[in-house]
Amino acid sequence: MNLILLTFLPLAGAVLLLLTPAGSVKVQRTIALVTTSAVAVLGVMLFGNFDGISATAQYLSEAPWFQLAGKEQPIDVWFRLGVDGISILLVSLTAILMPLVVLSAQVHIDKRVKEFFFWLLLMETGMLGVFLALDLILFYFFWELSLIPLYFILGIWGGERRLYATMKFFLYTVAGSLLMMLGVIWLTYQTGESDVRALMTLASGIEPTVQLWIFASFAIGFAIKVPVLPFHTWLADAHTEAPTSGSVVLAGVLLKMGTYGLLRFGVGMFPAAALEAAPLFMGLGAVGICYGAFLAMAQTDIKRLVACSSVSHLGFVVMGIFALTEAGLVGSVLQMVNHGLSTGLLFLLVGMIYERRHTRELSQYGGIARVMPLFAFFFVVSVLASMGLPGLNGFVGEYLILLGSFQASPLWATVGVSGIVFGAVYLLMATRKLLFGALTVEANENLKDLDFRETFILVPLVGLCLWIGVAPNSFIHKTSGSIDAVMLRIETARDMRTTSSAFNAPPDAPATVAASHHEQP
Amino acid sequence: MAVVNWLWWIPALPLLGSVIAACLHAWTLAARKRAPEASANDTDRAARLAWPVASLAVGLAFVLSVVAWSALSDLPPEARVLESSTWNWIDGGSISFGISMLVDPLSSIMLLVICGVGALIHIYAGGYMADDPGKARFFAYLNLFVAMMLQLVLSSNLLGLFIGWEGVGLCSYLLIGFWYEKHGTSQAGQKAFVVNRIGDACFLIGSFCLIDLFGTLDMSDIGAGVADLLQSGEHNFQISLAALLLFGGACGKSAQLPLFVWLPDAMAGPTPVSALIHAATMVTSGVYLVVRLNPLFAAAPGVLFFMGLVAAATAFIAGSAAVAQRDLKGVLAYSTVSQLGYMFLGLSAGAWSAAIFHLVTHAFFKALLFLAAGSVIHGVHGNQDMHKMGGLRKHMPRTAATFIAGAAALSGLPLLAGFFSKDEILTLTFARGGGHMGLWLVGLGVAALTAFYSWRMVGLVFFGPARFDEQKQKPHESPTSMVLPLMILAFLAVVGGALNLPAVWPFEGSAGVLHHWLAPVTRLGDEILFHGLAPHLTSRTEYILLAIGAGLALIYSHKGFHAYKHGLERDEQFQNQRPLLQGTLRDAWGIDGAYTRWIVQPIKLLAFCVSVMVDKLLIDAAVNGAARGARALGERAKRMGDGSVAQTGLWMGAAAVLLALVWMAGGGL
Repeated sequence: MNLILLTFLPLAGAVLLLLTPAGSVKVQRTIALVTTSAVAVLGVMLFGNFDGISATAQYLSEAPWFQLAGKEQPIDVWFRLGVDGISILLVSLTAILMPLVVLSAQVHIDKRVKEFFFWLLLMETGMLGVFLALDLILFYFFWELSLIPLYFILGIWGGERRLYATMKFFLYTVAGSLLMMLGVIWLTYQTGESDVRALMTLASGIEPTVQLWIFASFAIGFAIKVPVLPFHTWLADAHTEAPTSGSVVLAGVLLKMGTYGLLRFGVGMFPAAALEAAPLFMGLGAVGICYGAFLAMAQTDIKRLVACSSVSHLGFVVMGIFALTEAGLVGSVLQMVNHGLSTGLLFLLVGMIYERRHTRELSQYGGIARVMPLFAFFFVVSVLASMGLPGLNGFVGEYLILLGSFQASPLWATVGVSGIVFGAVYLLMATRKLLFGALTVEANENLKDLDFRETFILVPLVGLCLWIGVAPNSFIHKTSGSIDAVMLRIETARDMRTTSSAFNAPPDAPATVAASHHEQP
Repeated sequence: MAVVNWLWWIPALPLLGSVIAACLHAWTLAARKRAPEASANDTDRAARLAWPVASLAVGLAFVLSVVAWSALSDLPPEARVLESSTWNWIDGGSISFGISMLVDPLSSIMLLVICGVGALIHIYAGGYMADDPGKARFFAYLNLFVAMMLQLVLSSNLLGLFIGWEGVGLCSYLLIGFWYEKHGTSQAGQKAFVVNRIGDACFLIGSFCLIDLFGTLDMSDIGAGVADLLQSGEHNFQISLAALLLFGGACGKSAQLPLFVWLPDAMAGPTPVSALIHAATMVTSGVYLVVRLNPLFAAAPGVLFFMGLVAAATAFIAGSAAVAQRDLKGVLAYSTVSQLGYMFLGLSAGAWSAAIFHLVTHAFFKALLFLAAGSVIHGVHGNQDMHKMGGLRKHMPRTAATFIAGAAALSGLPLLAGFFSKDEILTLTFARGGGHMGLWLVGLGVAALTAFYSWRMVGLVFFGPARFDEQKQKPHESPTSMVLPLMILAFLAVVGGALNLPAVWPFEGSAGVLHHWLAPVTRLGDEILFHGLAPHLTSRTEYILLAIGAGLALIYSHKGFHAYKHGLERDEQFQNQRPLLQGTLRDAWGIDGAYTRWIVQPIKLLAFCVSVMVDKLLIDAAVNGAARGARALGERAKRMGDGSVAQTGLWMGAAAVLLALVWMAGGGL
């Protein structure tokens, strides 16, 4: 298995697209579909062959890239890709989601098709690179590479208020990227190393206060991407204005880059700082769960409602990560995938109904379960997956997250649990207004039910929801080795903190910082 | 083959039936799409198969349940446990959650009730839903419900139980909203789901507390763990907290205060659903949960007494509301809430087996009453208003006879099923003494109410003059497939009391059969709660209590019947003379309205505030302001040169300043 092939195959497809004549839409679609499907096959094979017990990066591909001036000696930047238990699920998710996204774009992307697929494929390379990069500089490179295409997708193929949404997304993202760049430069400069694996040990050698600052710059940068409250207002606008395929990629994969970053570079690299920040982030996550739910409740635009639900669902992930317990971490890694599947499904379904009626106002619907029974079936299943019904994917992740959070902070876990009640409120409300009741709007009388292509897009995702819900271990076991390794680092940091505060350490900086924060359980 | 190896089949059969019925539904839809002009006769052939398939699935599950029960009774009492191997479901690192099937005396009783009553209701539903275009979908949901309910009672651990717990909630939602085009049904379904979710949230936190205490959710381990903890005398608070939270979960599913408001609305679903889900099985799962975890609850006597208060209040409020309903199913719904209150009242006194006894008899007579009510509604073409019925015994004699049997059992007329089960709960509550004496008195009052409203129903529906156009409506008796289940249930409602006759029963060895059967399950709870000294009453006291119960039932049955067998005068009188009281009772003391006003509306307001005030006016305004500021700065910089370069420079400058600031701050600390 060659990760370079996996990562750059979409880019090759994008280049190939450029060579096609402008009018040949069919050829362009085929190229996009074939490329992404090939990547999906590779992704599934990677998932199958991946050894979950081992904590080390697998399928390593590396080559020296360039040198940076360092503090004492030059820093060797390597082009280094590898996959471990934290990234494997997200890589596979990305690979599987993309061909479905290409298929879904068949109807609603009718102008500048070539360009659209070019950006989409470029974005796939960027996203896969983000999850696979094992060099900090390379990671940042892919990070930016994955974001630029979205500006264009949003700005060209978006809805009426696309310019406002793009601008907002751009500003937020740039702010986040700048903070992150700061962290990257600082960390590389401090340690003279940009290898992520080496940094895992080197970073804890940095002076604790500096660690806290680097952690903060990473954490805030990623938090904007997730988005964590209060950095979330770009999300609803971006989602609402983006074309369906853009929303699916955004919700399914791009937001996960934020939570992935929080887990690998926030918690994984700076466990001591994460311990300090944990109460804050758990609180933001828990409040975000309820806040997002309340936001969603107030929406009348179905797509905006799904977008706001993302704020709520990602609150669970953030809370689980910063619970810093095993159950919380396992649940969060799984929930990243779950959110990608269930929210991806909801965006696809909303897109399908929008393509028929060209409105997203809930008041324009009602009772369409009679004319579109297949649509109703898929919508209800997706809603149930999103609500965390046992037997579907969402439950496993949410239960583990809440359990892990309860072990860390019963208070925040309780706040989080109340989110499952509010979640039921807005999701069932949307379902009722969309599907049930009398069919009163005349334009809905003759809606066509889902066709073969649409069903074909939805079935694999629903199948995955069911699979994760019924047999989650086949996914959890892929992550266990890496999560054990992260837990080990967290436990070490925790032990050090207890000893330094227990023995009333001499008044040097690190000990005081640690001691003054010992209210964290 | 050993019994344990096919325990899986008990829930798997209805699950399979559900999948087949769903496929039949899809097939039918496709057929209709292919030939939109064809008659339903041709296109719905597949859908008609759903009924036999679904009924057969539940019937076979019943056969397996009987085999499991007989296998269990062949074992010595203390060894009556059959547990299948565990399937590792969620591996969460240091804690993992498995799923395994456990049949012990308690779950075997539940199996028999669910599959037995379930099969009868499936058979009945074939006739009831015969003309419905969505019947295959109906049986898919109904079979899924049975599968989930069986999962609930068969699971040996709380998380597996929770699968069933949420699963039955989902089916309840789907079936309440089955006629989704009808006004109000999907609202009722949504309400049921959301209110239940409040209970579920409590359940989840309760399960976290248990994991915290015992490191497991296996229910027998929890029982043993409680006993150990009590000996060490620690963690009393956590035990009580866990018990309280789980009781909160039970309040949601079993429609107790403050979460009972969904059940009356749930009557929007088809009547077989009300009989199966909202009377006989799902709503009793809270009772099952408490009995299943009896050591935990026994270790929290404060929570048990609180449960008694909640139960008595629920029984009274719902019982009094039932008196003032005009809707036939409305009476039955409030009656169900009230009877569930009785079950929890028994539990609060530590009368575990008495609660299960009442659960069983209630399943018989309340399923009967609902099905008979469905037969009435079917016969009068969808009318549910008792004020527009009357004299129906002439038109549907068999339905009338079975309904009266059910009402008699519900009202606790001597020697019928409800008499014995209700009496045992009241006797044991009395015997518990202390604060339970007050609860016992409330229980007696509710018994009187129950008798009264049961016979009010009988009088209004089947006696008196017909208050509808007999020529136009032509009420008719239901087909045999519907009446036969009624007769079987009527038989059970009459003789069901034999399951657990009172101790003072004159024939040697016939008393307390169910009590002895359940003894291995409740032994630990009894030991913890009573320390081996279960409250005992003299035979004389027991006789007196029996006589009081019988007397109350007879007097108030007579009063209710007498007042309503001639017509509506009493209701009109009540409404004219005490409009306020009548309105209060009809609206169940205004609790639902208060929730709308004080909880639902404020939450809507809060959602609005969050989305408009906080999100738009606060956060977004700040963001947009920052953007404008940046743009203004950019404009100024533009004058010095090319705009884009200037902007890049601006960003870089800003970054540099920030970097320097942070560096200084970092160094300064």
